[in-house]
Amino acid sequence: MRIIAVAAGCLALASCQTGKENLRPAPARLAVYSDAARESQIQPGGALTEPNVTNPDYGSAFAISEGQRLFDWYNCSGCHAHGGGGIGPPLIKTQWIYGGEPANIFDTIVKGRPNGMPSWGGRIPQYQIWELVAFVRSLNHEEPTASTAPRGDNIEINPANITNKAQGETK
Amino acid sequence: MSTLAELPSPQLAAELEAEHQALRRVWNDRGGFWGWFSVTTHQAIGMRYIVTAFIFLLLGGVEALLMRFQLARPENTLLGPDLYNRIFTTHGTTMMFLFAVPVMEGMSVYLVPLMIGTRNVAFPRLNAFGYWMYLAGGLVLYGAAFFNALPNAGWFSYPPLSGPQYSPGKGVDVWAQMITFTEISAMCVAVEIIVTIFRMRAPGMSLNRIPLFCWGSLVQSFMVIFAMPSVMIASTVMLLNDRTIGTHFVNPAEGGDPLLYQHVFWFFGHPEVYIIFIPALGMISSILEADTRRGVLGYPAIVLSQVATAFIGFGLWVHHMFATGLPQIGEAYFTAASMMIAITTGIIIFCWIATLWSGRLRLTTALHFVFGFLFIFVIGGLTGVMLASIPLDLQEHDTYFVVAHFHYVLIGGALFPLFGAFHFWFPKFTGRMINETLGKITFWMLFIGFNVTFFPMHILGLNGMTRRIYTYPVEMGWGPANALATVGACIIALGGILFIANVLNSRKNGKVAGSDPWQAGTLEWAAASPPEPYNFVRLPVVNGRYPLWLPAEERAAVTGMRTDKREILITASVDAEPQFLHVLPSTTIWPFLAALGATIGLVGSILTFSWYYVAVVLAGIGLLGWFWPRRPLEQEG
Amino acid sequence: MKRRAIASFFIAAAITLNGCMSTRQSALDATGIEARSILHLWWFFLILLGTIFAIVMILTLGALLRRQPASERQFVEQHHTPPQERERKLSRMVSGAGVITGLILFALIVISVITGKSIAPSGASNALLVTVHGNQWWWYFSYDNDDASKIVVTANELHIPVGRPVLIRGTSLDVIHSFWVPNLMGKRDLIPSRITEEYLTADRPGRFRGQCAEFCGLEHAKMALWIIAEPPDQFQAWMNQQLQPSVAPDDPDKQRGLQVFLNHECIFCHNINGTPAHGQVAPDLTHLASRSTIAAGTLPNTKGNLAGWIADPQRIKPGNYMATVPLESGDMQPLVDYLESLK
Repeated sequence: MRIIAVAAGCLALASCQTGKENLRPAPARLAVYSDAARESQIQPGGALTEPNVTNPDYGSAFAISEGQRLFDWYNCSGCHAHGGGGIGPPLIKTQWIYGGEPANIFDTIVKGRPNGMPSWGGRIPQYQIWELVAFVRSLNHEEPTASTAPRGDNIEINPANITNKAQGETK
Repeated sequence: MSTLAELPSPQLAAELEAEHQALRRVWNDRGGFWGWFSVTTHQAIGMRYIVTAFIFLLLGGVEALLMRFQLARPENTLLGPDLYNRIFTTHGTTMMFLFAVPVMEGMSVYLVPLMIGTRNVAFPRLNAFGYWMYLAGGLVLYGAAFFNALPNAGWFSYPPLSGPQYSPGKGVDVWAQMITFTEISAMCVAVEIIVTIFRMRAPGMSLNRIPLFCWGSLVQSFMVIFAMPSVMIASTVMLLNDRTIGTHFVNPAEGGDPLLYQHVFWFFGHPEVYIIFIPALGMISSILEADTRRGVLGYPAIVLSQVATAFIGFGLWVHHMFATGLPQIGEAYFTAASMMIAITTGIIIFCWIATLWSGRLRLTTALHFVFGFLFIFVIGGLTGVMLASIPLDLQEHDTYFVVAHFHYVLIGGALFPLFGAFHFWFPKFTGRMINETLGKITFWMLFIGFNVTFFPMHILGLNGMTRRIYTYPVEMGWGPANALATVGACIIALGGILFIANVLNSRKNGKVAGSDPWQAGTLEWAAASPPEPYNFVRLPVVNGRYPLWLPAEERAAVTGMRTDKREILITASVDAEPQFLHVLPSTTIWPFLAALGATIGLVGSILTFSWYYVAVVLAGIGLLGWFWPRRPLEQEG
Repeated sequence: MKRRAIASFFIAAAITLNGCMSTRQSALDATGIEARSILHLWWFFLILLGTIFAIVMILTLGALLRRQPASERQFVEQHHTPPQERERKLSRMVSGAGVITGLILFALIVISVITGKSIAPSGASNALLVTVHGNQWWWYFSYDNDDASKIVVTANELHIPVGRPVLIRGTSLDVIHSFWVPNLMGKRDLIPSRITEEYLTADRPGRFRGQCAEFCGLEHAKMALWIIAEPPDQFQAWMNQQLQPSVAPDDPDKQRGLQVFLNHECIFCHNINGTPAHGQVAPDLTHLASRSTIAAGTLPNTKGNLAGWIADPQRIKPGNYMATVPLESGDMQPLVDYLESLK
């Protein structure tokens, strides 16, 4: 009898939450996620005015060059080569899986994507993500020609020359 | 107006006056707006070179002052690293490409026809074209400042730093393309000086009678023809193409070699400094002859030494690369050549000292600058001998010791002679005497300021201060010497301002100079001051090395030349026997249009390669107009 | 009194102009065998060439002072041809001077080549082999060893044993740099795609500062290195210390610091042996606290400087490649505590 009462009490406690009605969500949950990185063209209701999310580094030769450096240092080239793709999809293309606008690419890098794209949000600061966005866009001639480097210095992904690992080092 | 001989009769005087009037009509440049772009007389173009180069000297000087103010204190924050890097790159590029070579060319273009007794250079339109290309190159470099595209990889832009990955943006592209402009300009002047000196000398002026200044111009022009293509290959073919169209000449990541760039660049870079220096030698000889009242001792020795310097100068370039780990035996050869060139320049200097010993000195401002040259250049040359020694170079390379060395040889060896030349030929250029007292004060300010600025740099370099650093820590102990150098730089600046004031004032208020205020011996002093556009009403016939020092009876002139066309006399290469008459083209705007077309295309090609084709088309149109077939000029009108 | 003031001014100027620190970064303070050879050569050149300069200047000034006295001024305006005999004498003297110049230069060439051979890589068999990689704007060092487990990797600070030649074998991973420690040896360029070598040998213990000597970009001015020469036993102790994996955090504060390190992008670029951080593009931090400076010799290695560096690297070395990582207020102190424990 006591056991049944205790079990019923626990169950009651456990089920308490299910009936709970969270009428007023905490303010942090009120935020509407940015719709700039929209992947579908269809929207319910009337058409919204899109907020204009542009790449603050658009047209900056320095930013594109930094993006090129970070692309290598953060090993994006490990999956995407220098734009041609490998393990990951190519980044030089016209059909983007998740959208090719700057905001889309930003989103991809921050959130990650299914099937292997890591999520970099919270790991690298925003300014570096925009530099990477600028670089990826420049691979597709979406940046002004005057700012775009004509080709990467390194066509091979991992050249046989020297890296900072000493020969034979295994650590 | 003035003529070679005293006027023996009123009849001759009337004849000459009539010829003056006719020649003036034929040779005067068209006035007006379009006339300014159509000028082809060598005095006007030479003066444009000199004035434009001087403006670039001032700009380079401002950049130098900015650098010195930044370095005056340790850990100074006047200029950040990006701005400092752009400023030192622009300073070096301006001084080497936009000032030093063009000003020497300008002096040659102005003075050589006068000195050899002819009326213009051999290719007047090419002369104009060369100037416009030079001006365009300078405007391209400084115009880039408005687009935040000043180059920032040093005046010799070593890859891979200057490659597309490490110098993003258009800065280094602008640098590389600017070199195209200045090198086309230099080649134009070189070609015309060589032909002018070989084929247009006054009758009787055999090669062993031409002034040493003309020998200097001749040797320099040959050096330009052999050296300039090398910098074109390095900067345009290798570096610019690597940066714009994806070649890999000097990209180590894909099999290119950064050292290849260094070799090809310095194959030009070392002769470049002799290109700057050898005309200055000519200027010193001219000043010495007038101010020691005798011909320079050892004329053949000096000529041969200049030629030998030019030859050996092409065999020295690896001394800029001693730290790169090249094989020892090869490097030792360049040590030997770099030291041996001190023999040839030494002989020239010893000849001059002997001239000074045996001459009767007239201490003009120009002679002050000659003494200043001797002091400063000899120091620079001796530190050069130190740098030629590989072990010493391994400690001194890329430090302020090298900065001190090259400023000593360049300023001492080129700028001081140049300022002496300005004071010496000022009466010829403007018709008035420059104020000698102010000139001497200018000299002392420049001399003292220069030594205060650059001598401490020898010590700084040995004490570990490397080149091209925008700041340095307090603990290094380099602060006091740097502060001293900055003070010296201010003194130099004041001296420069005084010089400009002196020039501007003397042009208006100086004593009127006759054609030969220094009683010098060479032909340019026979022309009016400033020269008429046709130089001499009758071309002189020359019987000795110093025609104006010959008694009046021995001087002769050529008669019978046309006064209704721009006619000159062509003579044989070695002995100057008259061969035939030739008519030069007069004012024409096509050189300017051709240069404009080439400029548009070359500037566009920095942004998109396909604009090279635009350059070809536009320049082609200009050249078409330039060379449009017509009846020979002798038969026209 | 006045004379003493003037004299002391000049002495002070000479000292300040020359610096007065014991091992300042100067070629004139040669502490290595190779640097000393070069310094002797330097003094020889300086004295010889200085004498030549003095002679040439005396001759030049002599010409100036020999100007004709006023009585002959009237003839100054006319040009003249000096007597033949005098011309011949002067010409002979010029030729003689040319010949002497040639002989002196030849002697200088020979001496230079001899000195060059004495400082060149000689294949000494007991040399300590150090690999240097120049990076924008720091130095990677590794002590090579046939036994892979004995390779020591460090950055910006090199320890060497006194009295043993060190073979510096280097290249660059990006642009051309130049390895230069003036107290010990001349410089050697580090060129991508090539390997260059030089020997240096310290013959006294000491701390020697060096600096990159080939313009390599924005922060070329702040790419310094330190070489610490120690007696062989101290050196061996240091090597043994460096071979250890990193010091594990021993209190919650330092553990928190390690977590901060791993959770931010530090881990993408830096390597700390014994932790998951294996980035290769930035200085190795395994024994960061054993180094005396940070940011390639830019700042002394203290907790305050390290915190300031991490908080805003662009302020200290604008343009350098370390990311500006925004840390929360409670994260900086543990991180710095952890990093400064990595002895």
